[in-house]
Amino acid sequence: MKELLVGKLTWDSLPHEWTTIGGTFTIILTGIILSVVLTRTKRWKWLWKEWLTSVDPKKIGIMYFIAGGVMLLRGGLDALMIWLQQALSSGDSQGYLSAQHFQEIFTAHGNIMVFFVAMAFIFGLINYIVPLQIGARDLASPLMNTLGFWLFIGGIIMVNMFFVFGGEYAATGWLAVAPLSGKEFSPGVGVDYWIWSLMISGVGTTLGAINFIMTILKMRAPGMTLFKMPLFTWGSLCSMMMAVTVFPLLTATLFLVYFDRALGTHFFTTIGGGDPMMYTNLIWMWGHPEVYVLILPAFGVFSEVVSTFSRKSIASYKSAVFGMIGVSAFALSVWLHHFFTMGAGADVNAFFGVMTMVIAIPTSVLVFNWIATMYKGRIRFETPMLWFLGFVAVFAIGGISGVMLAVPPINFQMHNSLFLVAHFHSTVIGGVLFGVFCALSYWFPKFTGFRLNERLGRYAFWCWIVGFCMSFIPMYVLGFMGASRRLNHYDSSTGWQPLFILMLIGGIVIAVGVALQLAQILASFIQKKRLLDTTGGDPWDGRSLEWSTPSPPPFYNFVTIPKITSSDAYWEMKKQILPKRSYEDIHMPKSTGVGIYISIFATLASFAFVWDIIWLIVVSLIAIIVIFVIRGFSEDSEYIIPAHEVQRLEEARIAKAPIATNAHENNSSEEDMGLRELIMVVYRFVMDIIKNKRWKKW
Amino acid sequence: MAVNRKNRLKPGWIGLLVLTGLVDLGLLIAYLIQGKNIALFNPKGVIAHEQFSLMMFVSAVLFAVAIPVIFILFFTAWKYRESNTKAKHVPDSRHSKLFVLSLWLFPTAIMLVLASVMWPATHRLAPQKSIDSSVKPITIQVITLRWKWLFLYPEQGIATVNFVQIPVNTPVKFEMTADETPMSSFWIPNLGGQLYAMTSHVNRLNLMADTTGDYPGSTPEINGAGFAGMKFTARVSSDKDFKQWVQTVGQSESNLDTATYGELLLPSQNNKVALYSAFDDSLYDNVIMKYNGSMEGHGHHE
Repeated sequence: MKELLVGKLTWDSLPHEWTTIGGTFTIILTGIILSVVLTRTKRWKWLWKEWLTSVDPKKIGIMYFIAGGVMLLRGGLDALMIWLQQALSSGDSQGYLSAQHFQEIFTAHGNIMVFFVAMAFIFGLINYIVPLQIGARDLASPLMNTLGFWLFIGGIIMVNMFFVFGGEYAATGWLAVAPLSGKEFSPGVGVDYWIWSLMISGVGTTLGAINFIMTILKMRAPGMTLFKMPLFTWGSLCSMMMAVTVFPLLTATLFLVYFDRALGTHFFTTIGGGDPMMYTNLIWMWGHPEVYVLILPAFGVFSEVVSTFSRKSIASYKSAVFGMIGVSAFALSVWLHHFFTMGAGADVNAFFGVMTMVIAIPTSVLVFNWIATMYKGRIRFETPMLWFLGFVAVFAIGGISGVMLAVPPINFQMHNSLFLVAHFHSTVIGGVLFGVFCALSYWFPKFTGFRLNERLGRYAFWCWIVGFCMSFIPMYVLGFMGASRRLNHYDSSTGWQPLFILMLIGGIVIAVGVALQLAQILASFIQKKRLLDTTGGDPWDGRSLEWSTPSPPPFYNFVTIPKITSSDAYWEMKKQILPKRSYEDIHMPKSTGVGIYISIFATLASFAFVWDIIWLIVVSLIAIIVIFVIRGFSEDSEYIIPAHEVQRLEEARIAKAPIATNAHENNSSEEDMGLRELIMVVYRFVMDIIKNKRWKKW
Repeated sequence: MAVNRKNRLKPGWIGLLVLTGLVDLGLLIAYLIQGKNIALFNPKGVIAHEQFSLMMFVSAVLFAVAIPVIFILFFTAWKYRESNTKAKHVPDSRHSKLFVLSLWLFPTAIMLVLASVMWPATHRLAPQKSIDSSVKPITIQVITLRWKWLFLYPEQGIATVNFVQIPVNTPVKFEMTADETPMSSFWIPNLGGQLYAMTSHVNRLNLMADTTGDYPGSTPEINGAGFAGMKFTARVSSDKDFKQWVQTVGQSESNLDTATYGELLLPSQNNKVALYSAFDDSLYDNVIMKYNGSMEGHGHHE
């Protein structure tokens, strides 16, 4: 009876270790604080109407960013815990974590950083920027997009659910290699959490990708041919194409693992005719393209930033486009380089080695293209440009080590060593994360109407660079010394400990960098007025269409859909005389809670799958189908904003728009708040609350 | 947004600072690891030697290309900075077809060079390939267990746990499989690159040591809770010492019978070295048979 009701759940599943208690406590505390604040400020309705049910890609983009930022802190904490354990546990000392616990942490670190940080940021950017760049007012399928977002949030919930129920995450490495992830070697619920968190967020990614391919292909402004699309849109298109190709593969593979574990099938088991090598192939057929899904939009960002800040069009637009297409095409045929060491013959290994090198060609073309773009430019070194230069330095190291790893005989000596770990951190931090930071400082004025604090941004940048060198250069060296990855303990005779300590210090420097970035955002909000963008939405003298809209753009993006004549659409428009404003009726999609409702039931179903609660699985799946059917019959999903209403909104906006005054003309980053000033402001704010007993008013 | 850069460091100073920092970091790391075994730079076997020189060649080519490119990039960025009003400014990029072509041809040429070195090297250094030598090779069968290494010497009739001794300048054929253990990887970095060991399959790794000494071995592939403690020592000795060692082990009292193997199959962590004077001849084949209906068509990658 009990089993029917709650499946495998027992009292022991509730948190009883310091980490799970800590995690649960944090989750509950955050929940309580948020609800108190929302109730006190009477913002529940606002939150639901303006944000949670919104189908506006700009709002969804910002929600992706917030979720990704929170997960960055969560995954970063994991990283520090990993480094601390490795710095401590040499020789007689076993460190402060058990082997199982340590393995769960690095598994969670990998999953969170790839799925819920990097993917979140990339999807956030695509959501916000792509429709603006192609001159679209909304998306091809706004509902599919919200559903994708909310399934992604469901994935975040599932990846953290083990804190509250079960107390155990997968201890298998981020890809849960078979047969280690099978029931035989991992009997607990950890791997099930892994499966279902990736399952629902993976389905979300597929939906989001389908929507963006449709949007980019079908909803471009008149005149914007494929070869007039901005490069970020191109990078996003390539990335989404790849995502649609490989994410179903992930979903299918996850189902097979689940069948092995729950139903006793033998796809990847050691016995009964299963083949774990099949799993390794399938997961990397998805896993390798996945990293290019992340990097291509970042390449697009860098192309646009370099062009904008050099005040010059991109040197060879077609080379950049074909470079990105080339990367995405070849990315599908290199997966075997992740396991040269599994025992394939020399022909197979050499073929995949060559294919991997081929991918370096379009990547190099992009780099040369950026150099040629800067040549004879007029380069401004604002923070976006700094992040670009940081990217080049770090990504070059990652690229060199990557080509080394692509040579099978060298790979035999480096596979799964810390050299490999250092390599992919160089590419993912240098490429994706720096790309996102670059994009954030570049497009932040578009998001909010004011720019980010330059000074704290520069501090954060240098912390990242210094911290990165201190933690990952020793990691390369440790790889040379024969240190494999994922070690929770090593002999003192190896002499690795000093380097692990150095890495920990580097990690702390990076943490300071992240703290400075948070301070930067806070300081920018405090100094909002001083940092206000008075240029009418075009603070960097931009080239692509998003800069033609006011900052932040109205929910309908464009009053009139522009006609495109060039790949630097806005740059050309600026040279012409603006046509007289005219207003037209605008069709917009209605907000809908369907995405949230479906995601709630999908998350419940996942939870029920983890704990074998059959009735809940059935109920949730039926609920999902019912919601779909109801939504399918609804014809009330769009509305029209009449032309005179658009006119009223526009005139109200123009009347309120900030106008350049003398004070703003000598707007310089030296006026930006420093750290000391920020601390003083926060201190005064807190003291004011305490002295004047302001909480009584709440 | 015009930016006043009065109080900022000049790019030249920043570059100098970064370079100094990197050199300091390099010196610090060199100081911290002096006298330690930097396994990949310290090859003690023919395969490791070849892998090392290949690594040196590839990284030399890559650095020779990448360092100038990065330098040019930073130099360009500096030369065409906003404050340098003397530099030419051409806002439109119009480039000849030749320029675009060279954009593609240059990296292609470099990758062709690397690929033409890589293809034969991959075949020459394939782990399955026997090593040419006048000395008769010895075969060692490896079974990965949770979480220990079992080495069987079929020709010598002895078995060891977490310790393997081999004669110097003699080709060694490691034949790897696993029993009730997730995939593991067999790696002795000083002697040469790794290969996976897994149930129902036999993977063959050929190595030959050229210097005597003790070298650490491990599994870089994660295989469960005892993963970090699953280590072994590879001792390379003279042929004479090897024969003597075989004899000593052959006289030891413990032998690897079914009961002892059953105990080894149970998961255990941080295991000590064990030496066995004898083992069941069919043990290795039985371990493979256990996961295969028949031996035909399985586990041979050659």
